Amino acid sequence: MAPSQDNASPQGASQAFAGWISVALASALFALFWQALGPIGAGEVLRFERPWVPSLGISLSFLIDGLSLTFALLITGIGALVMLYSTKYLAGHPHFARFFLFLTLFMMSMLGVVTSDNLLTLFVFWELTSITSYLLIGFSHSGADSRRSALQALLVTGAGGLALLAGIILLGWAAGTYELSEIRAQGDAIREHALYLPILILFLLGAFTKSAQMPFHFWLPNAMAAPTPVSAYLHSATMVKAGIYLMARMHPTLAETDVWLWTLTIAGASTAVFASFMAVRQTDLKQILAYTTLMALGTLTLFLAADVGYAITAAMTFLIVHSLYKAALFLIAGIIDHSTGTREIDRLGGLARAMPITTAAAALAALSMAGFPPFLGFIGKELKYAGALAVQSEPYLVAAAVLLANALMLVAAGLVAFRPFWRGTHSTPKTPHEAPWRMLAGPVILALLGALFGLNSDLIAVPLVEPGVKAISAGELKPAELKLWAGVNIPLILSGVTIALGVVLLFLHNPMRKILAGIEARMPWFDRGWDNLLDSFKTVASWQTRILQSGEMRRYVYTVFATLLIAVGGTLIYKGAWAGLPAIPDLEVKHWVVTLLIVAGTALVTVTNSRITAIAGLGAVGIGVALIFIIYGAPDVAITQLLVETLVVVLFAVAALRLPTLKPGDGFPNRKLDAVFATAIGAVVAAILITVTTGPIDLRLTAFFEQASWLEAYGRNVVNVILVDFRALDTFGEIAVVAVAGIAAWSLLKGQTSDPEPDGEDAK
Amino acid sequence: MKSVILRAGARLLVALLLVFSIFMLLRGHNEPGGGFIGGLIGAVGFVVYAIACGTSEAREALRVPPEKIAMIGLGISLISGMMALVLGGSPFTGQWLFIGATETEKGLPLSSVLVFDIGVYLVVMGAILALVFALEEEV
Repeated sequence: MAPSQDNASPQGASQAFAGWISVALASALFALFWQALGPIGAGEVLRFERPWVPSLGISLSFLIDGLSLTFALLITGIGALVMLYSTKYLAGHPHFARFFLFLTLFMMSMLGVVTSDNLLTLFVFWELTSITSYLLIGFSHSGADSRRSALQALLVTGAGGLALLAGIILLGWAAGTYELSEIRAQGDAIREHALYLPILILFLLGAFTKSAQMPFHFWLPNAMAAPTPVSAYLHSATMVKAGIYLMARMHPTLAETDVWLWTLTIAGASTAVFASFMAVRQTDLKQILAYTTLMALGTLTLFLAADVGYAITAAMTFLIVHSLYKAALFLIAGIIDHSTGTREIDRLGGLARAMPITTAAAALAALSMAGFPPFLGFIGKELKYAGALAVQSEPYLVAAAVLLANALMLVAAGLVAFRPFWRGTHSTPKTPHEAPWRMLAGPVILALLGALFGLNSDLIAVPLVEPGVKAISAGELKPAELKLWAGVNIPLILSGVTIALGVVLLFLHNPMRKILAGIEARMPWFDRGWDNLLDSFKTVASWQTRILQSGEMRRYVYTVFATLLIAVGGTLIYKGAWAGLPAIPDLEVKHWVVTLLIVAGTALVTVTNSRITAIAGLGAVGIGVALIFIIYGAPDVAITQLLVETLVVVLFAVAALRLPTLKPGDGFPNRKLDAVFATAIGAVVAAILITVTTGPIDLRLTAFFEQASWLEAYGRNVVNVILVDFRALDTFGEIAVVAVAGIAAWSLLKGQTSDPEPDGEDAK
Repeated sequence: MKSVILRAGARLLVALLLVFSIFMLLRGHNEPGGGFIGGLIGAVGFVVYAIACGTSEAREALRVPPEKIAMIGLGISLISGMMALVLGGSPFTGQWLFIGATETEKGLPLSSVLVFDIGVYLVVMGAILALVFALEEEV
């Protein structure tokens, strides 16, 4: 692969490099996982482990079985094709390299999710996919719409992530381990555990938000604000399936109960039916595809509800089918957008002549999506019907839901892949032209794979689907066979009904869209509900800010000290810690002098109206404290105290020059209340000090430092030796804080000066 | 404050305070003193000078911008802490060299601890002066 020639500038060359290196990485990883096909097909499970945070029992353990291998191959394979596509799609974009960084980060995180064998590691990767998804949806960050969509996706999936974390901790507590392979072995114990229901609810919250199940589905159509390759990769083929992966992974542990069965059935079926109606109501190609993705996610959830071989096989197969055709169609939607300048189906038509290869790829992918033989989609659909009829809940309702959804899928496939290419003529902003090979490679390969796997289903059945079904059911269920022709049976008849119904609906599409739009206008709008929810948060936040952050210094001081008074004073009284006043020994003259100095300084501060006098009074208090240190033999502390006190007085004096002079009673309406309050605080602090000093003191540390300071650190000044030797790391942290604080204050003050000229030193 | 007496006195005081600050820094290991106190005294010296003669003259006398002094000090402390890594041992372990040591005399003790303390001195002095100068220029 030669570097691209279309970026002539030097920056362009380095950008192209960023693209190609991502493609190479994804391809290499794909090849690596390809190696695992043999062992996994033979029934093996690969596991790697290395300790990460041993003290918390977290290890970097990775497990590759049929389920994770299927996902890993989809992630790396589609990833490589999408990245190749993006090198052209985003060529010349100012943030080209950044895009590939995000995309690669996402790919690695997603691989982490599907291969982690430790639940906590899985969670870390899970959150990383949410964050990279946020960055990618908001990639065009100049648009308010993409920012909103990105934030919405982040908040919804992030909230689900928090629920998942709580679920993981509960599960780890119930099972005594975070290793999935060990948890899987104790499924029965977990299902009978008292915490089963909370664990299940929290896990499902995580999975449903990530995989956009009702009622958390609204973020996914909005996520289409992302560049099209991102939609193809994250929001149809991989990331949104992380929730599906989680449910599949937890199947041996959490499934086989009525709650599981009915929750997943209802959520899955309603998402699938709702989304397929919404899909045919849309006019934007990407929106149609987004809703059909929702339908697919709903269907997958629906089949994971059950605990029968047919249903799980249907889920595994449909997972692969869907990823192949949906990624292809999204990439094709991107091609159409790129070469015509619009994605509105009403403005598109008759593109087949200008874009023959795209048309062919679209047709192949759409036939698989609509479920025509001999494509893999047909096998997937047959299995879905067989699975639906085998579920333990309500086979006929489930089958009806699947039938309706599939028929509408056919309509959507027709809208996306036939209407723009064949019917009528186009009136597009740009003259359509065929896409370059790098953009065609992805859709063509993916569409061809759909046909190839349909004709020879053993290619995926043996190495992926069967081991996958075994992984999901912990080896208990027998995978169903993937066959194109299984004889005339109920699934085949249902397939015929689906196609007939779908074709009829395709012809009735325009009136149907009007009816659906009318219904939609009257429905509760989840998206607006989300805005209202956020607004209510903001209202609460600004309300409590008004109360707590009044901007008035007096209130802050009152709040802080009132908290201290209640918390500490209350504890003193509650615990009965006050041991009474100790006997005070006879005081010498020097003690009296220091005490009087401090009291006089304090009194001066409270009565004066001059700021300078008040500062000087405070300085006197500080000097009194320094004298106490001298009397009790801590000269280092005393010197420091004196110097700091001096500097603070200078600083205050400089600052006070700018403040207006105080008039009597200025800003202090309740001096009596202040006095009572201050006295109470003083009393509580005094009581604490007396209580602390009358208690026994542990002198072991003192003894140690007195010894070790000379013998080990060769210094007689214990205070300084502790500072620079024993606790040097602490001191380093402290001086770092001093330096940062000084520089922060300096830059704040600098920023305010009206002088626009930086001084000579800074300009360098 | 353009008093001639203060200005003349300040020049003398600054010199005295600076010498004293270095004295405090060096004796800190065995007697009261150390980098923190030394840095404070040094800062006070320049603050006095700034009050007497204005900040621009004080800045000139200091030659290096105070915020740079603070950062350099932080770097020196970090390097002295990392010296232990190079010489074998945990970071921030004091490393000692006794020049001319005999059986009875320990000779001239040199240590990474002193280097660390010099870093502390510079950080404290630089950070305080950065703040005070900026504050005074603001007024």
